[in-house]
Amino acid sequence: MTIETEHVSFGYGKLPAVCDVSLKLNSGMFYGILGPNGCGKTTLVDLLIRHRTPDAGIISYQGKPLAKYSRKQIARRFALVPQQYAVNFPFTSRQVVMMGRYPHLGRFAFPGMEDQRQVDEIMEQTGAMEFENRFISELSGGERQRVIFARALVQDTPVLILDEATSNLDISHAISLFSLAFKRVVDQGKTVIAVMQDINLAALFCQYLILMKNGRVVHHGPCDQVLNESTIQSVFEVRAKVYEDIYANAKQVVFNRSSHVP
Amino acid sequence: MKRIFQSLGPDIFWQVLILFIMLSALVVLSSGLGYMRISFSDVLRVVLAKMLGMDSLLDGVNSLFPVVIAEVRLPRILTAAAVGAGLALSGVVFQGILLNPLADPYTLGVSAGAALGASLALWLNISIWGIWSVPLFAFIGSGLTLMAVIYLASSSAGLSSGNLILSGIIVSAILSAGVSFIKYMVDEQVSVIIFWLMGSFGSKTWSDVWLTLGALAAGLGICGYFSRELNVMALGSRTAASLGVDTQKVRMILLITASLVSAVCVSVSGIIGFVGLLVPHIMRTLTGPDNQRLILVSIFAGAILLLGADTLTRAVLPHEIPIGVLTALTGGPFFCYIYRKRQTGGIHDD
Repeated sequence: MTIETEHVSFGYGKLPAVCDVSLKLNSGMFYGILGPNGCGKTTLVDLLIRHRTPDAGIISYQGKPLAKYSRKQIARRFALVPQQYAVNFPFTSRQVVMMGRYPHLGRFAFPGMEDQRQVDEIMEQTGAMEFENRFISELSGGERQRVIFARALVQDTPVLILDEATSNLDISHAISLFSLAFKRVVDQGKTVIAVMQDINLAALFCQYLILMKNGRVVHHGPCDQVLNESTIQSVFEVRAKVYEDIYANAKQVVFNRSSHVP
Repeated sequence: MKRIFQSLGPDIFWQVLILFIMLSALVVLSSGLGYMRISFSDVLRVVLAKMLGMDSLLDGVNSLFPVVIAEVRLPRILTAAAVGAGLALSGVVFQGILLNPLADPYTLGVSAGAALGASLALWLNISIWGIWSVPLFAFIGSGLTLMAVIYLASSSAGLSSGNLILSGIIVSAILSAGVSFIKYMVDEQVSVIIFWLMGSFGSKTWSDVWLTLGALAAGLGICGYFSRELNVMALGSRTAASLGVDTQKVRMILLITASLVSAVCVSVSGIIGFVGLLVPHIMRTLTGPDNQRLILVSIFAGAILLLGADTLTRAVLPHEIPIGVLTALTGGPFFCYIYRKRQTGGIHDD
């Protein structure tokens, strides 16, 4: 599995959001996309799942342009856990998770035993089983996010995209969900592309970092190489100390009160 | 057949069966009621004789009964049921697409367009299409309104629910002013227009029945085909896209389908409010928000509700009240009750 973007650009009207992005993403890797607010991370994700179409450049999956895939074929290859979530009607958690099986079902086919089994297994893993029959509109933000995460895992795609998927979760749930995704990368050779705000959490899980600023990819490479004091300062405009942490077994970043560079 | 129903949910087969039996019973009951009372067994004999072509069943039945039932009452009854079903269907679809439980078939100004079209035809005494002139003008009015609203609401990002609702309100307001203007201009003829606007199933013929049933069947086919997409779209357009749904396309198809179904209903019967709003609401508490089940159950409930209301005004009340007034007078307070109950946490529907 490879995803390739070649000189991809996209703008909202005249406002450019993503400029000239060229990347090559491989299977069995956990990618992190980092950058300040409004730098085009979410737009890039929208382009990858073809929710939006690039103004220029080509995105290809397995060497074939994304535009040549049907929507359903894309839905069998990319799953998305979005950032905010409003469900307007009182579906039960289980009904929402089951929707992740739709791309695999014929239009008039109903979920079978195997679909039910997968839903059971993944709702157990994500801890969503305890509220499977509750209405999604009544769940807390964290519970709801676990249901949405389960829905994306049930989609059973080679690529999983997390768009600030854990931003409203406590640290325990965030680590547990990222571990689930990480396990799929290591055991099953899946690809995870995670848009993240928390640099330290990214450093724990991501093997490869893509740093964006003003719609452009400014640095990308293996986490160890990209994560250093000068890249942090140039991308986020903060001074930071980056060090190898023994407990985390990864690079970690710390700031101080006067880190902000005016 | 039963297996398909069961895979939709454990109770759906029984729910649909019970509603179907209720509707059939109401049709038979209603056929017997009216100025001329006809006994239950005579109604059954007439209906069976007509359906099976066995005139021998009619021995001993008053010779007027077959005419009254087949030519007067049944067309009206079946039109009322079909219109109720059509309004409920498009109500479900509108609430689903606009992600707003307060949307109804008239949200996009279909009723205002029909009202203006019908008023114009009545004002100018247009009769080039005979008795179909007013309904056709009403339908054309609805269609043009729909096109205007969609044009007004569309942006580079596609059709958003907020834009659609706002455009519908604006266009409706303009058209309503047009209707008021015509009412003012026609002087003594104004009662004809007012009577049409308030809705009626009086003097419906078999052509009305086939027309509304045809629109209902086509609408049901299309909406049923996309009902799973409609479920997914409740998760938001971005998630729906990631689940393989072309939200812009599906939204447009369903909007046009639901609007045309309600436009046919309005053209045939005049403006009948609250059925399309109320029925999906009540049925959602029964089936949950799954649109595949909701559509099935709602069309029967809509048919029962509107046929019940029409029978009430036709045969039970001492004076016939316009059906649109009756549904608003009874449906409105009931909706307030449901809405209030939801506010206080009785029904989870936010």
